[in-house]
Amino acid sequence: MTSTASGGGPSDGRTDTAALTGLTAAELAAKLAAGEVSSVEVTRAYLDRIAAVEPAVHAFLHVDEEGALAAARRADEDRAAGRASSELAGVPLALKDVLTTSDMPTTCGSKMLEGWTPPYDATVTRRLREAGVVLLGKTNMDEFAMGSSTENSAYGPTRNPWDTERIPGGSGGGSSAALAAFEAPLAIGTDTGGSIRQPGAVTGTVGVKPTYGGVSRHGLVAFSSSLDQAGPCGRTVLDAALLHEVIAGHDPLDSTSVDAPVPQVVAAAREGAAGDLRGVRVGVVRELGGEGYQEGVQRSFRAAVDQLTALGAEVVEVSCPHFDYGLGAYYLIAPSECSSNLARFDAMRYGLRVGDDGSRSAEEVMSLTREAGFGPEVKRRIMLGTYALSSGYYDAYYGQAQKVRTLITRDFTAAFEQVDVLVSPTTPTTAFRIGERVENPMEMYLADLCTIPSNLAGNASMSVPSGLSDEDGLPVGLQIMAPPMADDRLYRVGAAYEAARDAAQGGALIDRVPQLEVA
Amino acid sequence: MTAVAEIMDYDELLERFDPVLGLEVHVELSTATKMFCGCATDFGAEPNTQVCPVCLGMPGALPVVNGTAVESAIRIGLALNCRVAEWCRFARKNYFYPDMPKNFQTSQYDEPIVFDGYLDVVLDDGETFRVEIERAHMEEDTGKSMHVGGAAGRIHGAEHTLMDYNRAGVPLIEIVTKPIVGAGERAPEVARAYVTALRDLLRSMRVSDVRMDQGSLRCDANVSLSPKGSAEFGTRTETKNVNSLRSVERAVRYEMRRHAGVLTAGGTIVQETRHFDESTASTSAGRPKETAEDYRYFPEPDLVPIAPSNEWIEQLRETLPELPWERRKRVQQDWQLSDEELRDLVNAGALDLVAATVDAGASPAEARSWWVAYLSQQANTQGVELEALAITPEQVARVIELVSEGKLTHKLARQVVDGVLAGKGDPDEVVATEGIEVVSDDSALQAAVDEALAAQPDVADKIRGGKVQAAGAVVGAVMKATQGQADAKRVRELVLAACGQ
Repeated sequence: MTSTASGGGPSDGRTDTAALTGLTAAELAAKLAAGEVSSVEVTRAYLDRIAAVEPAVHAFLHVDEEGALAAARRADEDRAAGRASSELAGVPLALKDVLTTSDMPTTCGSKMLEGWTPPYDATVTRRLREAGVVLLGKTNMDEFAMGSSTENSAYGPTRNPWDTERIPGGSGGGSSAALAAFEAPLAIGTDTGGSIRQPGAVTGTVGVKPTYGGVSRHGLVAFSSSLDQAGPCGRTVLDAALLHEVIAGHDPLDSTSVDAPVPQVVAAAREGAAGDLRGVRVGVVRELGGEGYQEGVQRSFRAAVDQLTALGAEVVEVSCPHFDYGLGAYYLIAPSECSSNLARFDAMRYGLRVGDDGSRSAEEVMSLTREAGFGPEVKRRIMLGTYALSSGYYDAYYGQAQKVRTLITRDFTAAFEQVDVLVSPTTPTTAFRIGERVENPMEMYLADLCTIPSNLAGNASMSVPSGLSDEDGLPVGLQIMAPPMADDRLYRVGAAYEAARDAAQGGALIDRVPQLEVA
Repeated sequence: MTAVAEIMDYDELLERFDPVLGLEVHVELSTATKMFCGCATDFGAEPNTQVCPVCLGMPGALPVVNGTAVESAIRIGLALNCRVAEWCRFARKNYFYPDMPKNFQTSQYDEPIVFDGYLDVVLDDGETFRVEIERAHMEEDTGKSMHVGGAAGRIHGAEHTLMDYNRAGVPLIEIVTKPIVGAGERAPEVARAYVTALRDLLRSMRVSDVRMDQGSLRCDANVSLSPKGSAEFGTRTETKNVNSLRSVERAVRYEMRRHAGVLTAGGTIVQETRHFDESTASTSAGRPKETAEDYRYFPEPDLVPIAPSNEWIEQLRETLPELPWERRKRVQQDWQLSDEELRDLVNAGALDLVAATVDAGASPAEARSWWVAYLSQQANTQGVELEALAITPEQVARVIELVSEGKLTHKLARQVVDGVLAGKGDPDEVVATEGIEVVSDDSALQAAVDEALAAQPDVADKIRGGKVQAAGAVVGAVMKATQGQADAKRVRELVLAACGQ
């Protein structure tokens, strides 16, 4: 029997479960701290919600009910003993299945790693546990984080809670959908070309790609090492900030991790929420807009820019001429690195093994396993990258792409001499229909047009919802970009904008998620 | 079709061709931990006990550079008169092989940490040959494959293969020479002398165990031939599995002769890897090289560039020990050796052993005599390197001490050394258990002396008549009777006394 239930927000249902799952992480943290609710109750409420809506959404690849409740009990005990590990102690979270967990499988959305439980925790995982955060489970994703729709998961697509016929973005569609479906108050994503921000934009949630090196990559199964960055996802800017401070910081196990103090993002979010952006210079990137962008997305973006002006920000247009070449450079650099990073999946030490019947050589088993274990998009990128790195082609492809990368970084540097933050739409369109772009990879790649430059340059970038597109009623994201290690600026501007948006639009956007069919 | 060509007589080939060598030496550093993780590097541990997610290439694991390995690389570069890169990176060398957990090797490609150096190599006749160094770079070792069921542990015909990843990720320095030209007939000797000099250098720096038998020093020998007088290099082959200094020389010599045979018969040399077989002193074809391989090198994105400051480089320069050639000069002075004596000492591989024996209290002359003469013979007989003999410099020094104290004769001393070599314990233990001692008890000797004099009455008369030099025959008889354990000097005194002299 099925019935319909609320999105989980406070405006409907009014069951205890809905009341708890509708709260923001900051609100939950306050209630936990005040002893008004226990982590076990909160965790139970989320597990119930997951059980109810997963058939419609499929945000999770693995739900660890037992582990989550055990962690919740520990958080409650610690709090009772007066030693809560952090502000977020006892708050549940959904972890993208690309970060290693020693007590849960880590599949990266691939058949290649089906059933594989890593022997170690990622640094992000460890920091979450140490902060007392309750891990609900692992979220769905495009295979090895390659995709913009979560349709490349070997375990079936995740559906967008705003319209279950549509994609939730990707590669981290599971994490963002879990937030929008009120299956988790917080989530972790990873962003190589937009895999946190684009899903955030199309699900009406907040996603942040921190500065490259701001969050450790140790235990993040690599797609493209020089671009990958884990980051926080939440339903509000403040929630993302609270999570950001838990996971960020130098890690000696990651040589590319930045050895500098974590930007004060929580303080920045609280400051921003006061709604004063006087003295903040905002640059609208001329190259990220116009032709090819959905009308409703452009209108939402212009309204957001007007709102920033109204908050006192000084808005100017800036040009970043080399951004036009970002997509091309990205689709040489990322596949090149992935062709090397994914070479280790060879059936020898872990994961899938195909054709090992005693008659075949190791090389044959490797080939058969890789043929069977990788999906078409992963194979396409491995082949692209292998080609781009080949002797005789390296200079023309990989070498040239690295030069473009340098030019894009210089565009950012020049722009940040004029302004404090840059803004653009997060993605050119709202969520497209499942299956719509599967046959056309180029069309699919365009979803990351606006997000890719920040990965290439390594700077900090956020997507914050700017409302719904007036033509299809689907969420639109505003992208805010800041210089490396100035992540706090994202939070100040993002929180100010978010507060003004909610005031102007009559309440939190996320509470307008339609009701989901529940099991 | 290429016919099987005869290998050519060495003298004949030298009339037609000039050899060009290139030597690539891989040195396993003796750092406590691996190149990119904290795993131990002990040789001979149980398989797969010195591994972690990083060196097993587990998903998500990241490398962190071993600072000591970088220091060793720079120090080696400085000792080889190299320039140190102002800025360099690691690179990934991509190829699939089960002994390499990530299916790429983290190495250095076009940005080695040190480059453009040289090593002056002393040949057997004391002449110096300068070998120019192209570069030395850092990389990680692979795991070990053990092919089971095939012949001689090779993959061909094996039923299955066992993998041991203990060695995977052990720091390696690869030292590459520039093309070595102009060595002519001495090319094989230059190859051996170069590897020997490099080994001695690295050992003096304590950066590696440099054990060729254990693989902590491995040499790949590239050989090509140019027609006599031509400046153009021929096609080269790369010979691997060269596991001793002697093999370096033999492998180079064999490849020179093989190339000459093929070329003279109108054939072409295939650019390939060759496998050296110790038992036949010949090489066989391995996998075809370069043309088929495309390693798709690109800068390692998981590591940050290394930019050694001048200050750091100078600090490291100060840590260099006395280098072998400086040491040889000093030893020659301190021990007052002729050029020839020094050369014999060095060629015997005995310098360190003699020095250690001197440090343990022996005189340089005695120590040198033992190692260069008697012990070198024993090593030859056993077919091992001098240093591999089962005797320590301290033990040799003790034997020398026993002789100088008069407790052993030279002849007895050899018996004691033989006992030590046979594993019977320390010199003192051998002396005790074998009952080896100089017989200096007069009452025991007196009987033997009387007996000997009685047996040779005519000689006894001569001595009594003042011909003391005739005593030698009696002394010899006594020594024989006492099986060499008597103190010859004392015997002589007793003989003379018995004859009233």
